[in-house]
Amino acid sequence: MNEPTNKGRRRFMIAAGVAGAGLAVGSWWVYRKRNMLLVPDALTASQGESIFNAWLKIDTNGRIIVQVPRQEMGQGISTALPMLVAEELGCDFSDVDFEQAPIASVYGNAAVLGEGAPFRADDDSWIAEFTRLTQFKVGRVLGLQLTGGSSSVRDAWEPMRNAGATARVMLIAAAARRLDVPESECTVEKSQVVHEKSDRRVSFGSVAAEAAALKMPTQVTLKDRSAFQILGTSQARLDIPEKVDGSAMFGIDARPDGMVYAAIRHSPVFGGGITQVDSSTAGDMPGVRAVLELPGTSMTNAAVVVVAEHYWQAKKALEAVSVEWQDGPNGGHDTTEQRARYTQLLKSEKGRTYDSAGDIEPIFAEAAGTKVLSQNYFAPYLAHATMEPMNCTAVIRADDSAEVWVGNQMPPAVRSVLARGAEIEPDKITVNTPYLGGGFGRRAEMDVVMQAGQIATQLRDTPVQLIWSREEDMQHGQYRPMGSATMRAAFASNGDFEAFDSKVVGQSCSYSLISRLMPGMESNLMKDRTSAEGIFDLPYAVPNRRVSHILAEEPIPVGFWRSVGYSHNAFFAEAFIDECAEAAGKDPYAFRHHLLSHSPRHQKVLALAAEKAGWETPTPDGLGRGIALVESFGSIVAEVAEVELQDGQVHVRRVTCAVDCGFALNPDTVKAQIESAVIYGLTAALYGEITIKAGRVQQSNFPDYEMIKLAQAPNIEVHIIESGIEHLGGIGEPGTPPIAPAVANAVYALTGKRVRELPIRL
Amino acid sequence: MTSLTINGQNVDVEVEGDTPLLWVIRDHLGMTGTKFGCGVAACGACTVLLDGQPLRSCVMPVSAVTGQAITTIEGLSNGEQLHPVQQAWIDFQVPQCGYCQSGMILSTVVLLKSNPQPSDEEINASVTNVCRCGTYSRVRDAIHSLAELNTAETGAELGTEIGAENGELTS
Repeated sequence: MNEPTNKGRRRFMIAAGVAGAGLAVGSWWVYRKRNMLLVPDALTASQGESIFNAWLKIDTNGRIIVQVPRQEMGQGISTALPMLVAEELGCDFSDVDFEQAPIASVYGNAAVLGEGAPFRADDDSWIAEFTRLTQFKVGRVLGLQLTGGSSSVRDAWEPMRNAGATARVMLIAAAARRLDVPESECTVEKSQVVHEKSDRRVSFGSVAAEAAALKMPTQVTLKDRSAFQILGTSQARLDIPEKVDGSAMFGIDARPDGMVYAAIRHSPVFGGGITQVDSSTAGDMPGVRAVLELPGTSMTNAAVVVVAEHYWQAKKALEAVSVEWQDGPNGGHDTTEQRARYTQLLKSEKGRTYDSAGDIEPIFAEAAGTKVLSQNYFAPYLAHATMEPMNCTAVIRADDSAEVWVGNQMPPAVRSVLARGAEIEPDKITVNTPYLGGGFGRRAEMDVVMQAGQIATQLRDTPVQLIWSREEDMQHGQYRPMGSATMRAAFASNGDFEAFDSKVVGQSCSYSLISRLMPGMESNLMKDRTSAEGIFDLPYAVPNRRVSHILAEEPIPVGFWRSVGYSHNAFFAEAFIDECAEAAGKDPYAFRHHLLSHSPRHQKVLALAAEKAGWETPTPDGLGRGIALVESFGSIVAEVAEVELQDGQVHVRRVTCAVDCGFALNPDTVKAQIESAVIYGLTAALYGEITIKAGRVQQSNFPDYEMIKLAQAPNIEVHIIESGIEHLGGIGEPGTPPIAPAVANAVYALTGKRVRELPIRL
Repeated sequence: MTSLTINGQNVDVEVEGDTPLLWVIRDHLGMTGTKFGCGVAACGACTVLLDGQPLRSCVMPVSAVTGQAITTIEGLSNGEQLHPVQQAWIDFQVPQCGYCQSGMILSTVVLLKSNPQPSDEEINASVTNVCRCGTYSRVRDAIHSLAELNTAETGAELGTEIGAENGELTS
């Protein structure tokens, strides 16, 4: 059993790398306790507002204004985070408003890095814990104001409840002073401090200014779960009213005075260039202000841009620009050939090990023949296809100050990239983050910001709104990586599942992202967790196992796509587990349930989904049921899909979901996010595929990159299990991974045909 | 100069006649509730009502709609009073990112006006907007709840509200 030694050494190297980063910054600086309430300079108060801490202002009318440092893209974060503050503050939730927080290190997302280390969720070894802690602390130091990794609530759970609790103590102190009574006799209720003995009440608004001037308490006691009045109840989302009357502002709705528009056409080949541009016709067309060539950068392809008074003028003039493109080295890229390369790599390369236990080779050798199952799987590139196409509005003023409006998942990166693109100082840039018309990881990319900077710097003092067409959006993304896998299992003579071997080949999202944002800093020294997540952290008990990943170098940019590595790996794993169940002669549900005997939490989720879906009842003719379970982003989700054929096509009628995210902070939002994640994953499972020929993406718009619509949308039921706040998990992504395998497994139940590649084609 | 009637108001716009109505509404008139999604009438984010019928405004030249009553999401409510479809969207907490919802709401308004109690199949055939957040099950539930409201007792109320958008609103 040399496994622990190997694992130990490997993990030490990971930890050493991370710790090294920590030490480089200065270990005291990294590990010290930080005051997460300290008001940053960037947070300012308007007339009548008093600032209590980094997270909270209260105005004289009693409006409670919570700073939300994460971006609203439909996941309900601008309601969930204020609920944390409101619970401890003791206010009426209808008094609560939210604001997009300014850029400041106190708002950095530490949880997203802490959870990003390549360790299983149940790994509590010191190496794993130390790495998580270090990454968490580094996240705080870096002020990584990132919305992603389904991490926002987990990150805010303590600081934002503390923010509410300390403000409550200050409000009570100020009110008690005013009423001339002991603080201990006062309580809070519905945005008022109450002195029951004398039956007097002081509203938060009336005492806010005095309270905010008091010294912040250093110690507060947070409520027990049993005392929650707001958390755990469904609260109407604060952003919804303005999303039904057209008043919600998205990035594309920015309208600074004097704004002009830019339309863009990129080099059709990734990494290509421009040989010649003829803009003689376009330059004379109505409204045209400029025809510009944008050189390619680490995060953008070379492009031609037309700036005009109105968008349609810019778009029409762009069509009149004749461009001779230079394909560059990738003009022959072809995803069919890439897939063949992947197949070859799976045969020739060992890859890097992410998880191993026991020595699997002798077991496979011994079981060779009828007791070994081996299958290959495939998943294609996918585009994010947010409903709001990429856009960014920027102005660089004559004094070298700048302002930018862009739906994004990382405001500090917007600032630094704009500073680079426009060659100005970051601290003179104001970043506005309106609502995101979909994010899904796409808006963590900064390509459009770089371009807006390049354009605005050539039209000083004129705000420019750059809008990508849907075609540019589809063909110049940072795609969900293509992946191929070989999965093997060996069974003992009694049918027991004895050994599991998984090898996946694909590009690394993290490596690709870093090479765009910080070119030269990318390094494969540390394994990218996302490449193997969904397999190395499989919850099933398999005594002997090996999980490896082969890093592919391909010239196609890849990025974070809702649920990231889980989006393909969970399909490989859970479709294969279904085949294993069959090979073992077991029911797919019973097989999984048995392999989860060590984890009652997982079993409970699986059992609830099966029960609510009627797994034990016979499937009516013409229907097939499939099940899958995936733990991701700290939450466990099981889904049962019920499929039928309509005109020879797979139609999913019903999806029954069970979710354990520890504690459902806003239960209706938890349901909405699972519903959303199922549709997102189902669209990919049934339709999604980006292919490349002659270096060019072949899909261009919704007619050839299809979407689920109402007619194809299944009924979705969501059942929530509360297992305790100590198991708090994410919710934006965990609903996506199980749907593709659940549907694939249901298709097998219905047709007898195994689905081993996506999208599903019969 | 192109003359348009939008949300009950007559406006004159200086614009090339082949400009799609979408861009006139967004860029020239500054009403940003109508969204650009695909530019090829495939997603429905740009849906407005033209004489009470749904129109994908991203492919309709502005010169072709002069003199017809155009209703955008901004013209759907009656002042502070939300249209019943908008209220149902709040009650069922339908929107997520919200980008497609102006179009989704307007498609629903038209459906319920012509067919007060649509079946699932009729809903599928009429409301073909793309929602990338996948709010479909809530859209369906909200439509069914509105259909229930649309019974003999309350039908008149809903009918009036839905009828009001047909070029009769003033802002």
